[in-house]
Amino acid sequence: MSRRAFQVLPGFNLTLGYTLFYLCIIVLIPLSAVFLKTSQLGLSQFWDVVTTPRVVASYKLSFGASLLAAAINAVFGLGLAWALVRYSFPGKKLVDALIDLPFALPTAVAGIALTALYAPNGWLGSALEPLGIKVAFTPLGVLVSLVFIGLPFVVRTVQPILEDLDTELEEAAASLGARRWQTFRHVTLPILLPALLTGFALAFARAVGEYGSVIFIAGNIPMVSEITPLMIITKLEQYDYTGATAIAVVMLLFSFVLLLAINGLQAWTEKATGRNR
Amino acid sequence: MSIQVQNIHKAFGDFVALGDVSLDFPTGELVALLGPSGCGKTTLLRIIAGLESADGGRVLLDGEDASDTHVRERHVGFVFQHYALFRHMSVFDNVAFGLRMKPRSQRPSEKAIRTKVHDLLKLVQLDWLADRFPAQLSGGQRQRIALARALAVEPRVLLLDEPFGALDAKVRKELRRWLRRLHDELHITSIFVTHDQEEALEVADRVVLMDHGKVEQIGTPEEVYRHPATPFVYGFLGAVNHFSGHVDGQSVRVGDEVLRHAAPDLKHGDEVIAFARPHELDIVTDLAGTDGVPARVARVLSFGVTARVELDGLNGATGQHFEVELTRERVEALALQEGQTVRLHPQRLRVFAR
Amino acid sequence: MAGATSLHAGGDVAARFENRAATREPAWFKWMLIAVSLTFFALFLLMPLIAVFVEALRKGWDTYLAALIEPDAVSAIKLTLIAAVIAVPLNLTFGVAAAWAITKFNFRGKHLLITLIDLPFSVSPVVAGLIYVLVFGAQGWFGPWLQGHDVKIIFAVPGIVLATIFVTFPFIARELIPLMQAQGKEEEEAAVVLGANGWQTFWYVTLPNIKWGLMYGVILCNARAMGEFGAVSVVSGHIRGLTNTMPLHVEILYNEYQFAAAFAVASLLALLALVTLAVKTWVEYQATKAKDVTE
Repeated sequence: MSRRAFQVLPGFNLTLGYTLFYLCIIVLIPLSAVFLKTSQLGLSQFWDVVTTPRVVASYKLSFGASLLAAAINAVFGLGLAWALVRYSFPGKKLVDALIDLPFALPTAVAGIALTALYAPNGWLGSALEPLGIKVAFTPLGVLVSLVFIGLPFVVRTVQPILEDLDTELEEAAASLGARRWQTFRHVTLPILLPALLTGFALAFARAVGEYGSVIFIAGNIPMVSEITPLMIITKLEQYDYTGATAIAVVMLLFSFVLLLAINGLQAWTEKATGRNR
Repeated sequence: MSIQVQNIHKAFGDFVALGDVSLDFPTGELVALLGPSGCGKTTLLRIIAGLESADGGRVLLDGEDASDTHVRERHVGFVFQHYALFRHMSVFDNVAFGLRMKPRSQRPSEKAIRTKVHDLLKLVQLDWLADRFPAQLSGGQRQRIALARALAVEPRVLLLDEPFGALDAKVRKELRRWLRRLHDELHITSIFVTHDQEEALEVADRVVLMDHGKVEQIGTPEEVYRHPATPFVYGFLGAVNHFSGHVDGQSVRVGDEVLRHAAPDLKHGDEVIAFARPHELDIVTDLAGTDGVPARVARVLSFGVTARVELDGLNGATGQHFEVELTRERVEALALQEGQTVRLHPQRLRVFAR
Repeated sequence: MAGATSLHAGGDVAARFENRAATREPAWFKWMLIAVSLTFFALFLLMPLIAVFVEALRKGWDTYLAALIEPDAVSAIKLTLIAAVIAVPLNLTFGVAAAWAITKFNFRGKHLLITLIDLPFSVSPVVAGLIYVLVFGAQGWFGPWLQGHDVKIIFAVPGIVLATIFVTFPFIARELIPLMQAQGKEEEEAAVVLGANGWQTFWYVTLPNIKWGLMYGVILCNARAMGEFGAVSVVSGHIRGLTNTMPLHVEILYNEYQFAAAFAVASLLALLALVTLAVKTWVEYQATKAKDVTE
């Protein structure tokens, strides 16, 4: 017998239709422009554009500094999350609230603030100068702003998992004779690992694409402290749309791969901790 | 109002939840849909409510085909397993919800709503909780509020999905009796889903036993308990001992042993499964002959009104466990020792072909 | 991939760990970890924040106020507000629609859809700006047509609004989807059985349950909309008084070595960030409280 497909709750066609429509006009169609534009280039031309020495130097800096920044954040972010969840200390609520500052503070503001701090005449820059460490206008400066940008990702992915952690697990480990460190190494850390890696990947992905907070402190010296997004801007300013688009394709492909990896990691986190975020 | 379902079929992908189910629910009765989880009982209930659509078949409400009627227009009361109370609304607002959602032309005045809600809260004996929020109620109280909310729109039928599933044992018992009394007062056609046989037998006028998307038996609690129609029903209702063997003339042969019992509609040599309730088995200590199944006494529990003996099967029944219920006098007369070998004699046996 | 930004409940869990022998670390370790973590926190988060306000007021209140009421600054503030006022409601509508479709119904390709909604988070802001240049710019798909009809999108306000919509696209949907998923659809079904229509079901049953998550998404979306730099920078054309948003205005002032003025405008944005964090903390508190009541 025939029967029209029915839904108990209303609005399926309307909401899904609108969702797809809006997704297409805001995201998918404009994004496809990048790939269509690049397809005008031959493969060898494309390869030439994305492998010029100056662009390659920018990849090295962008990816290298982003990886390093994400690693630093993984270590210190875990420490911060641990302290925030497991200890009480004065000012904890304030610290907890301010962790999200990089999400809320416009990147340009972060950029000029970090530059002012780490410039040779700034509070921290002047302290580091006698030690022979130059931060602002060097690759080190890029690293500093990428650490700033990525910090909340690790803390905020690890924190809820730590909060939900059953004390019984660690008590069981202790009752079986494990030392505190062994318990951490063999019980707690494996549980936190998927979340920690997710946080790391999120911080990494954000850092690779970051622009606003980096350009002020980087100094933007060709072959030394230029990041990849800046290369796109530079090409655009020279009206080299094809060149800019080719580099954008490289970045996009990288983001897609990372997005897939992050989705996989999040699925793993959910499975490993039995929690639905 | 009567409910009929005709040839209802429903599959989720490859899994057949309901295969060609047809049932009649007479007006005014309280019917239990009973079966293990995954048997399709909840799916059937949701199809009757209109919360789920069947792949084929019809649902008739009061003789009219309701298959294409939206749940909103079916006028059924549905009590969800976890109650689905609106957690941001007070008890009063929850119960009043259905009345307030009516189109302006049919909506009662706020005063009428107030009276009606308070009457319903009195009916479920919780009018003193009107201003509380669902989170502040106990499980049993939530259950009753969910029922009051469903009744507020004067449904033609009442459907309850595992109404006592989420409650602890003591509250369950109380609420069961209370639901039965409420039904006797209101006489609204009601169906409830449960996996608890005791609950179904105790509360319902009629029990529908389901397994693997099929109806196994329909009948009054007495009928289904006393005369199970299928091996599934026999095994599902109450404690049971079973013996696997084959028909051998006027008896059932289990390994080398013989259970004397006629199986008139079965041929010689047919593989069978035979059932006996614990009180339908007797224990004899005389080991001569091959009459009955040998077993070793594992434990004698004689603290209740009747005594229970747990036994491990021997020979043809090795690896099986049996439970026998005897009077205290009989157990004392037998003077059973743990580890002693005895024979089991069924006084009544139900034999099914395999 | 906004995993890091979702609503999380606070509560005092520290005591749970500190009161048990098996989960308590030695005092020296505790305080060392706190010291190291807080130093890191201070160096990377606290000091930049303080620096903004110190630098802004370095030349005194008069210079500070003058930088804020200067016409170009005022028009940058206006443009920033316009972009946010358009982008946030659009993404709010989208977020609610997407979350409703995804969490209340089953359909093929749902997982892919969720991934696609996340996409703008993983695209570099600079690339986000670039794609609109490729579509609407002079050399883009619609460039010639737009020029023929004298419509300007790139290097004009519409381009800025579009870029802002793109970078804030997933915020609200991402907040609502897990929340509504966790709440299931039983309450909505109960409402429908009781005779509520679609709009009544959403308004009286769904909305009260998601309001805190919704607000949370809106404030984060708004903060990003007002603060976006990279994407907007590509499509703006940097025309003073016309197509400069606040972050772009900060950049221009900074590059012209008007540090005090740059930090003055920046301090407004930093204040916005602090307000955002305060509201966010308050919303989290409310959500936890609501949760405690309902559970």
